[in-house]
Amino acid sequence: MKTKHVVLIIVMLALFITPFVISPSAKYGGADSAVEELISNQGYEPWFSPIWEPPSSEIESLLFALQASIGAIIIGYFIGFEKGKRAKK
Amino acid sequence: MHIMEGFLPHPWWEIWYVISIVIITYGIYRLSEVTKKLPEAKPLLALMGAFIFVLSALKLPSVTGSCSHPTGSGLAAVVFGPAIASVLSMIALLFQALLLAHGGLTTLGANTFSMGIVGPVVAYLIWVACKKARLPTSAGIFLAAALGDLFTYVTTSVQLALVFPTAAGFFDAFLKFGAIFAITQIPLAIGEGILAIFLFDFLAKYKGQLLALMKVISLPITAHEQEEKE
Repeated sequence: MKTKHVVLIIVMLALFITPFVISPSAKYGGADSAVEELISNQGYEPWFSPIWEPPSSEIESLLFALQASIGAIIIGYFIGFEKGKRAKK
Repeated sequence: MHIMEGFLPHPWWEIWYVISIVIITYGIYRLSEVTKKLPEAKPLLALMGAFIFVLSALKLPSVTGSCSHPTGSGLAAVVFGPAIASVLSMIALLFQALLLAHGGLTTLGANTFSMGIVGPVVAYLIWVACKKARLPTSAGIFLAAALGDLFTYVTTSVQLALVFPTAAGFFDAFLKFGAIFAITQIPLAIGEGILAIFLFDFLAKYKGQLLALMKVISLPITAHEQEEKE
């Protein structure tokens, strides 16, 4: 791994740890729902609701994890395949 | 950047749908063109789609004390062009609308416009500009991915401000939505830029010839850069 990559990993870790240091008592709710609330407070009623909603936050996080793992397995397969192909040469 | 289901009234949701359908149609045409001409680019296509899937599933904390997620569509735009990135983004958005109640079917057009069209177009233009200015590849990738991400959220703020202007007008509403969306997004956009560098460095090293064939990079320079670094 190059020095550049090590530095970048450190920067990224700092980036996503800093919030908890600066504001440990914040709620860390979604920006999407913050905006949703802002609009609802203006008295707007959504005219259509989702045809299906995850019944609980557990199921929701299950499906988010599923989404991420579908992506991650493809990325991992690709990287492993290319590395293996080159190592064989 | 997800505008929730039902939060765009008539005629706005139709307007964004019409614009997005035009671009998506062109994107599907481009997709069939690329896969016909360069079948060996298919795994790369899956990789770019996968990058969008992972990144748009990661809800990350931001310094504003709230969470949001990156988009991943900028890198796809750099590699395959904005129109194909639009198609890949729409697939991820559809998954989230149907299974996660995140975003929605009525707002799919608007969300595809911000994450799948404006973000990728911004990323692509910045990438081309950085290449012209002969900036290092990593700088170009970083700026393209990060600004593509950020402008997705700026676009969402514009879309919402158009529909929900405050008493002080459109611009005031834009600042209000922008304060929530765009500022939260800044550290996430930087993170996305960094992740894009990692994946692109791998691609340049292992798929350099294919990328050169696709005119993403010009090989002699990159090969030379690789030698220098190693």
